[in-house]
Amino acid sequence: MYRYTDFDTAFVAERNAQFRAQVERRIDGSLTEDEFKPLRLMNGLYLQLHAYMLRVAVPYGTLNSAQMRQLAMIADRWDKGYGHFTTRQNIQFNWPKLRDVPDMLDALAEVQMHAIQTSGNTIRNVTADHFAGAAADEIADPRPVAELIRQWSTDHPEFQFLPRKFKVAVTGSPNDRAVTKAHDIGLRMVRNDAGDAGFEVIVGGGLGRTPMIGKIINSFLPEADLLPYLEAIVSVWNLLGRRDNKYKSRIKITVHEHGLDDIRARVEERFALLKSAFTGIDQQLYAGIKADFAPPAFSTRDTGPFDLSYANDPVFRAWVDSNVNAHRAPGYAIAQISLKAHGATPGDATSDQMRLMADLAAQYGHDELRVSHEQNIVLPHVHKADLPAVHAALKTLGLATANIGKISDIIACPGMDYCALATARSIPVAQEIATRYNELKLENDIGDLKIKISGCINACGHHHVGHIGILGLDRAGVENYQITLGGDHTETAQVGQRTGPGFAYDEIVPAVERIVDTYLSERTDADETFIDTFRRVGMTPFKTALYGEAEKRAKAA
Amino acid sequence: MPAKFTPKVVTANALLEGDVVYLTARDEWSRRLSDAKVLTDEADAQIRLIDASARASEVVGVYLADVATTDAGPKPTHFREDFRTRGPSNYAHGKQVEAL
Ligand code: HEM
Ligand code: SF4
Repeated sequence: MYRYTDFDTAFVAERNAQFRAQVERRIDGSLTEDEFKPLRLMNGLYLQLHAYMLRVAVPYGTLNSAQMRQLAMIADRWDKGYGHFTTRQNIQFNWPKLRDVPDMLDALAEVQMHAIQTSGNTIRNVTADHFAGAAADEIADPRPVAELIRQWSTDHPEFQFLPRKFKVAVTGSPNDRAVTKAHDIGLRMVRNDAGDAGFEVIVGGGLGRTPMIGKIINSFLPEADLLPYLEAIVSVWNLLGRRDNKYKSRIKITVHEHGLDDIRARVEERFALLKSAFTGIDQQLYAGIKADFAPPAFSTRDTGPFDLSYANDPVFRAWVDSNVNAHRAPGYAIAQISLKAHGATPGDATSDQMRLMADLAAQYGHDELRVSHEQNIVLPHVHKADLPAVHAALKTLGLATANIGKISDIIACPGMDYCALATARSIPVAQEIATRYNELKLENDIGDLKIKISGCINACGHHHVGHIGILGLDRAGVENYQITLGGDHTETAQVGQRTGPGFAYDEIVPAVERIVDTYLSERTDADETFIDTFRRVGMTPFKTALYGEAEKRAKAA
Repeated sequence: MPAKFTPKVVTANALLEGDVVYLTARDEWSRRLSDAKVLTDEADAQIRLIDASARASEVVGVYLADVATTDAGPKPTHFREDFRTRGPSNYAHGKQVEAL
């Protein structure tokens, strides 16, 4: 794992000291809110509906047990004993008091964490495949690239006042688990025909009010050209991007308005100028960072204990079948810890749960944890022989739910329970869907199905790319939920299509049930997933199930 | 004819805790909507809004919220304001705790 250099430590300490003084000046009245707001946002501090919220970066979703324990300590000492893991691989604390925030930031710095650039019009926390360095299907570990980008983008003087936020995601695997096509820049590590390492560069993806799937601006960028090329893209957008209208400011709109070819030409021109300015220091840095991400010392052991439990314990078997993924080292596995117990708030973990996950990582997982964009926690390197013990421990604190990728593994943004921008609630909708399908005992039969819920058009809950997407709106003073179907967040990314008029709060769960029932009756067999069935039969049967024949006839007329 | 002025209260978030507060008849900030002064005159409401907004060392984000006047005091008319009087629906971590 990357460790802070003296420079990093001093930089974070200085920022924290500055922010402490800024908080004091705000409290004693020498700073107005208008002056203070940009300063607090630069340090990840939002004001939400009922309280402040501190958003802490978990760079590319990777953390060690000491960091996880410190997050638990912070939750107990300054918050209400829990934290919320988000789709951007961050953690948010929902109840900090303004006076305590500088102490919280100092406590984070003790374990090499911070909240810098988790907000504002900057290059945000770089996200990566949560199976990085472990996945069996991986070409290369994307985290050294993500760390390189983080170092380049943190406090980059040219990029502190961008037209809008800017998000970069990296994957090292052809199976895209980092939603690269829905980011301002998505990077896919590839090899060309000669076997050289490089990147497919995707630009202009994004969700929000105007969802767009990213477009390939460069199908093979040699590895060594990465930073000058990224700098070229961001600087082209920094000049062209619209500052007159924040709904048109993201690079997706710039690419859309100017056309991909025009943007590509400008980027190439700028790149030619910039390339010589990068004298190779970036490559030296990159080589050093790569060494920090050397794989752990995997051991060779008998998997007997695993085989025995798998054969004899049906609860363990169900958990392995849904929550455990293939690892690239023989005898090892990737274990996903679901933060989606049926009826619980998606992504929330109590301080006790955080400590347990930290202990398991320390004891069985080479001291590594990941936050997934699907709001779960991952133990990326567990020997199969240890999985029964890990599972038994997880059960003691309600962390052994066997539902990864299933209907109750829902992404939900904070919605109107916390967020000041929300137009409706999203958490209780997720809770009710999960509870309902737990009662029906249909979850395993339904299989792979991604439900994603946002509480407003900003789409923090990724609803556009959910197989079933739910968007909460305010229609004349009541909560109303719009449904989209057929979204896809993987390498075959697609934006979902709207079914039609929305549903009231107490109609949304029954509406989801009608959609799922339609899938179950339309599928060819249990192996045809929801998304495959939708692609084959199209929208019509689902529309009929939701709105009846009358609606269909009215449309046809 | 301009739209009829509907009853309002002055509301904001407390600077230090961040929680929801309402302006009372005595110009103090209260955590409870029931303590809020209901404003029925538009000019008066605008003046109180401007005065309250100047209290930058006490509160953040001052605005006028619609209420309905009932025998039990002011009640929110919009669900967002209703949530603001209580707290989140997934945990009793907000004002629900005190209300019990
Ligand atoms: C509660 C405070 C939050 C605020 C004020 C907020 C605000 C926003 C806004 C304004 C946008 C739209 C940006 C645009 O289209 O230009 C956005 C997008 C997004 N946010 Fe949030 N958000 C919050 C919480 C979250 C959380 C909890 C997550 C992760 C679970 C998240 C992840 C995202 C993602 C993935 C997008 C869409 C992707 C994109 O186009 O950037 N946000 N957010
Ligand atoms: S989608 Fe809307 S409601 Fe949900 S967190 Fe984002 S801004 Fe808030």
